[in-house]
Amino acid sequence: MNNPQLAQIWVYLAASPLFGLTITLAAYQLAHHVYVRSGRNQLLNPVVTAVVLLIILLQLTGMPYQDYFAGAQFVHFLLGPATVALAIPLYRQFAKLRQLWLPVLTALVLGVSIGGLSAVLIADMLGADTRTLLSLAPKSVTAPVAMGIAERLGGLPSLTAVLVVSTGVIGAVFGTRLFDWMGIRDDSVRGIAMGVAAHGIGTARAFQVSSEMGAFSGLAMALSAFLASVILPWLVRWVQ
Amino acid sequence: MSTDFLFGITVLLVYQLIGEIITRLLQLPVPGPVIGMLLLFASLFLHHNLEQRLDAASASLLTHLSLLFVPAGVGVMAHFGRLEEQWLPILVALVLGTLLTLAATALIMLGVSRLLGHGGKTGHE
Repeated sequence: MNNPQLAQIWVYLAASPLFGLTITLAAYQLAHHVYVRSGRNQLLNPVVTAVVLLIILLQLTGMPYQDYFAGAQFVHFLLGPATVALAIPLYRQFAKLRQLWLPVLTALVLGVSIGGLSAVLIADMLGADTRTLLSLAPKSVTAPVAMGIAERLGGLPSLTAVLVVSTGVIGAVFGTRLFDWMGIRDDSVRGIAMGVAAHGIGTARAFQVSSEMGAFSGLAMALSAFLASVILPWLVRWVQ
Repeated sequence: MSTDFLFGITVLLVYQLIGEIITRLLQLPVPGPVIGMLLLFASLFLHHNLEQRLDAASASLLTHLSLLFVPAGVGVMAHFGRLEEQWLPILVALVLGTLLTLAATALIMLGVSRLLGHGGKTGHE
């Protein structure tokens, strides 16, 4: 930047949360537009496209992640009220949930354990170090809870956040295909599995399929967050 | 901003706040928003018109749920070194572990439903 005025403007922008917030919203909308235009091709999941766009932009401008997050945290913050809001679709599906409470509860307890154990055991076999293993354990749990669990286990919460997002994208991309291939068509079953394995990103995908699948996925995500914070620390200590 | 949206977002934040206070007071391992969600769920049964009044705020948050994960996703930047070193175990654990969890959870739920005899509602069609 040769123009001293432009350089000054950049100094202002880099120090203000406005820039990080604006590019997050803009990148997501561009990514969402691409996704819709592609006929909702899951490989163009808007989270991935937006993250790639933002990383390229931050690398080009040399802005550190902390400065970016100073603005992006306003979006990140909304994860809290969005989690609370899951009570509403859950309430709407309550009649069906009451009928299915035992299969749901069994699937949740075992699903949470399998989600944590499978990741830790596979990565351990292939030679990941302890910090990586501890950060991987809560990979299927919704981001704010997973970060808390990783911290208590001695993992790296910020690495866990990335692994959680990747897990969600993998679930969103392959989940419905896997269910089709397995011949599982019931939206309550598909939703529960999606919410346990792929938390909020899987739930976002499930809401696109049907509001029933979304509600069950949201329920599974919320209850498995609860169960994971009890089961995973105990399970990891047992494996070690 | 509509009045209902404003009301909705305020209610959601109040429940989150109560959740955060409870989880700290009782030193629960569960995060505040999850407690807030459970409390709101219970409240919806007590106040039947609450569901409708929360509709605008909850729908707008939940339809763009993926957006909320973008800032955490960009955090991958801070871990390029570790990922470069251990990309294989991490990648296999993520992909294989997630597919396994999806399949196992679905099969367990189907299996238990069948055992209980309501397989007709949840089984293969």
